[in-house]
Amino acid sequence: MILNDISIAKIRQKMICYTVRKSAILPALTVACRQVGHLNNEIYREISVILEIPYLEVAEAASFYTMFPKKPVGRHLIQVCHNISCALLGADSLISYLEEKLGIKKGETSPDNLFTLISVECLGSCTSAPMIQIDDKYYELLTREKIDRILDDLKESSLNGKESSF
Amino acid sequence: MEKKVLFKYIDFPEQANINIYLSHGGYQAWEKTLKNMSPAAVIDEIKKSGLRGRGGAGFPTGLKWSFVPKDNSKPRYLIGNADESEPGTCKDRVLMEHDPHAIVEGMAIAAFAIGSHQAFCYVRGEFVRPAHLMEKAIEEAYAKGFLGNDILGTGYNLNMTVHTGGGAYICGEETALLNSLEGKRGMSRLRPPFPAIEGLYLCPTVVNNVETLAAVPLIINNGAEWYASMGTDKSKGTKIFSLSGHIKRPGNYELELGTPLSYLINDLGGGVPDGHNMKAIIPGGSSTPFGSMLGSGAVIVINDQTCMVWVIERLIHFYRHESCGECTPCREGTAWLEQLIERLEKGKGRPGDLEKIDSICDNILGRTICPLGDAAVMPIQSALKLFREEFQYHIDNKRCLVKSEFVFK
Repeated sequence: MILNDISIAKIRQKMICYTVRKSAILPALTVACRQVGHLNNEIYREISVILEIPYLEVAEAASFYTMFPKKPVGRHLIQVCHNISCALLGADSLISYLEEKLGIKKGETSPDNLFTLISVECLGSCTSAPMIQIDDKYYELLTREKIDRILDDLKESSLNGKESSF
Repeated sequence: MEKKVLFKYIDFPEQANINIYLSHGGYQAWEKTLKNMSPAAVIDEIKKSGLRGRGGAGFPTGLKWSFVPKDNSKPRYLIGNADESEPGTCKDRVLMEHDPHAIVEGMAIAAFAIGSHQAFCYVRGEFVRPAHLMEKAIEEAYAKGFLGNDILGTGYNLNMTVHTGGGAYICGEETALLNSLEGKRGMSRLRPPFPAIEGLYLCPTVVNNVETLAAVPLIINNGAEWYASMGTDKSKGTKIFSLSGHIKRPGNYELELGTPLSYLINDLGGGVPDGHNMKAIIPGGSSTPFGSMLGSGAVIVINDQTCMVWVIERLIHFYRHESCGECTPCREGTAWLEQLIERLEKGKGRPGDLEKIDSICDNILGRTICPLGDAAVMPIQSALKLFREEFQYHIDNKRCLVKSEFVFK
């Protein structure tokens, strides 16, 4: 089993909110992704067993939603908004700066498996551009100085084994 | 002048806490609705107020509610739409983070008006914190007896659930949202039947943007005349505008409808910074033609250092990525447009490309189930009309007229 007891309990809790079990697919995928960091066929199978619906229905839905990574990512997923409001305020240069700082290209994971860097569409934080999302948390009105501090903090907290939360 | 109606307590600390919300008159409208009003009277009041949908389409809210059949024995559903994904738009998130109970109360009143006992708030998946705050607000409302069974001793039952999405822009479109909420791929449905007749689980359903819903308690408390006294003849009330891009003071501003755009941009936003001039405005979220319509209320300001082909490349990349793939003109058309415009921006455009873009746009517009296809096309057609010489320059000179090189600080 990939999903742990906490995740399974959370999914069961979500299930009772709906008269149709299939509606719990997205909440279940969200719970699974939060635990594992990404989704795969084995997870779809486990969810289908919990929800008592066909595996294919879970896999079909999951394949549509791009928010859930479909292959392993680093411990922290850095998503840079590259849409228009952020782009006008330097999102491209922000991506370059992150590539330089992390020593990886967009789409890659750092060798220490700490960070994966991707760029995404509008995250709904346009008045605080440029911005990034790391895991569940938004970081806004970014400057070089802020980026430096955010990355340092994340490196440090992962050394101490502390989890970040929003 | 800013008109802070929805935003009255936006900067008030702890407004998200139910006790503070109550101290500001919270849930009085819900109590009044349950104890003194009939569903028909609520719908009538909202109709009279002139409130229209704030998600982008601007459909009259009371009218939408009145489409739900009264003689149907199926369960009915009320859905708050907080799948905010329109580039440039970030108003729903502010409401959810700072005044979530206003949305909960508005959803409750709307649910009562259509005879619904189950409401969902569909929050975009990336909004982890806003969704968490909505969940917390709903929990608090249950604890105080504003939700659940036999609410305030009236015998009315209402359950409310937050449902988080999976990062698909299309799910903001109401029929795609319904499919998504049913656990399916977020693809749009053909209409008719409209959601008011056959929506969630094929039952009567109303989907309203959460900014629209947040205005409902205010209208019940202060009366339709009060709301209708704000704004213009055709567009009543206030609207939150998200001001972003090349602007000194970006932010969310609530204004009476009919307020001149120049007031928002120059007086509130402080104009274009760094001594540059304004080149273009995307007025209502990226799906609207340059300088045209209200849409979602997102105003994106673009300075004269910006290549318009680069802007359009950004936008078409977005629509190609977010096209759900259901309708061929949109699925194939946005991909072609992206390739052509990318080629143009890279200085590899060929004679005839602009005509080809025109033709693809014509073949998408009005030929898809949902408005995403139209949304992709409208800014392109508008840019090609207003800045055609800049597009032509890319073909003739193999480079940009002005190079967009924006560096973050």
